[in-house]
Amino acid sequence: MTTLNELALTDTAPALQRKPAGKKSHWGTYLFLTVMAIVWLIPLGWSVFISLRPFADTNKYGYFSLGGHFNLDNFVTAFVQGQTLTYLWNSVIITVPTVLLTLFLASMMAFAVSRFSWKFNITLLIMFTAGNLLPPQVLAAPLFEMFKNFVLPYSISDSGSLLNTYTAVIIVDTAFQIGFCTFVLSNYMKALPHDLTEAAFVDGAGVWRQYISIILPLTRPALAALGTLEVIWIYNDFFWPLLFIQSGDRLPITTAIKNLQGQFLTDYNLVAAGAVITVIPTLVIYLVLQRQFVAGLTLGASKG
Amino acid sequence: MTATPRGDVVASAGARERSGRFGRRRRSALLTRRDKIVLAVMVGIPTLIQLVFIWIPTLLSVGLSFVRWNGIAFSDIRPAGLSNYTYVFKDYPPFWPALEHNVLWLVFLGVIATPLGLLLAVLLDQPLRGSRIYQSIFFVPVMLSLALIGIIWQLFYSQNAGLLNFLLGTAGTPRAVDWLGDSNVNIWAALVAATWRHAGYVMVLYLAGLKGVDPSLREAASIDGANARQVFFRIVFPVMRPINIVIIVITLIESLRAFDVVYVINRGTNGLELISALVIQNLVGEGQVIGVGSALAVILLVISLVPIIIYLSRTFKKDAA
Repeated sequence: MTTLNELALTDTAPALQRKPAGKKSHWGTYLFLTVMAIVWLIPLGWSVFISLRPFADTNKYGYFSLGGHFNLDNFVTAFVQGQTLTYLWNSVIITVPTVLLTLFLASMMAFAVSRFSWKFNITLLIMFTAGNLLPPQVLAAPLFEMFKNFVLPYSISDSGSLLNTYTAVIIVDTAFQIGFCTFVLSNYMKALPHDLTEAAFVDGAGVWRQYISIILPLTRPALAALGTLEVIWIYNDFFWPLLFIQSGDRLPITTAIKNLQGQFLTDYNLVAAGAVITVIPTLVIYLVLQRQFVAGLTLGASKG
Repeated sequence: MTATPRGDVVASAGARERSGRFGRRRRSALLTRRDKIVLAVMVGIPTLIQLVFIWIPTLLSVGLSFVRWNGIAFSDIRPAGLSNYTYVFKDYPPFWPALEHNVLWLVFLGVIATPLGLLLAVLLDQPLRGSRIYQSIFFVPVMLSLALIGIIWQLFYSQNAGLLNFLLGTAGTPRAVDWLGDSNVNIWAALVAATWRHAGYVMVLYLAGLKGVDPSLREAASIDGANARQVFFRIVFPVMRPINIVIIVITLIESLRAFDVVYVINRGTNGLELISALVIQNLVGEGQVIGVGSALAVILLVISLVPIIIYLSRTFKKDAA
């Protein structure tokens, strides 16, 4: 983002000198951006505001008031009664394996299609990319039936099938994201010089060695950016857990928050606290890894 | 990668050709048997996952759209010909409203949200103080799930406890609009919520695109006497053609994929019907009309293939020999 500002600086400065009126329009720009920024913050700000107020106080003074207390009681309630900790942990159980699996499989695939030329590599890459762009609802019924009829012993799955298991969510999330990651990583790997692997090849390094010791380390920036992006996307996935997981206590938080809302319908304060809790992990990742996230997003501008 | 300027695309296409020649020679002569097996596994596992969990289910969806089935026992499956489709088109009341809402979603994102994102990007690409802070603020909703966005906006829109009606001075009065419950207005309310996220997304992509525009192009145009508006519309915007295409495709696909926001609000009923939501209502609702749900899924698939094919043919045109 700094290079962005530098670029802009060098190229608009002369224009400003030529046109003194430019200064005036700058004020307009600031005004517009500030108004927009405030509008942008209002919905989330409102959620934070009511989440900090006890239900009793908003009942007594009304939602649009400053009366009463401001405290974290709703958050405590959300954790104690709303099982928020369980949901957050479920999100971890789903997100971590999905992202690792996706990056591992996608990097192998990208390596094979970008560093070697064989008959169907472009065809496969097109198939992978297209798969990622489909609306998930298109596949919902067959996947549901496939998992329902995949018989498992009750000692492994209490549903006797793949329904209501994390495995179902992880594998479908992975399948969906591999396409996107393969596309991005293959573009990245394609641009790496061929002399690198050739030298290793001359030294007798096999395909796997070239992948693990040469290409993968060089792909680290792209993997970091994609990893950040995927963590957020999988954490944010609402649909697949909704479809596959029936037990409320196994839902990841993004899907469970809907239940929190159903459970405490009239208690907006508690729903708001649940929403704010759900936002916090993404905000933390955003603040720590903002550059990675934005890089991932623009790296794969193809994402639908 | 599509976001990179032209030069890079050309360069990587060149790199591809070289790798192609080298690779082919290598495949025939130099790869050992073991290497070939390793490569086959590296390609085979991801491909198998793609086939089993994406493409075979897609084909099964097409198959299921021609049968009558309650989803319980396979022996109950009965061929239905085109009856699911004729039912959807002729006798299923929510279908046409849903299609209209999907189109409206696309038009709204295309006419309001996307240009707004472009405007924000252009303004923030200038040397403004606090540009990064503004960027961060507009970017926050992009981090949030659409389900959560549905909930946050529900709190904002709530008839008697929401901020909006308070700001309008109607909260608690009979004039208070039920923004999400009134089927005349709720689609607009949901679209505003979707815009909240989409504009920030578009902004980030365009900021990256603007960064890739060669500054000397603008300089040359300014020296030739073009004003800021002319420089943008005649030079910068056309140069960003690759990213414009990506954004058009994203807007199209987002409007077809729209689901979470309306599902969180009311499962996509009462004025918020969308095709994606109707698919799910038919699959999980009482009665479980798998055939009808699948017919709706296939309709969604066919519409989605248009932007997908446009995008793929543009992206892979250089690669496909």
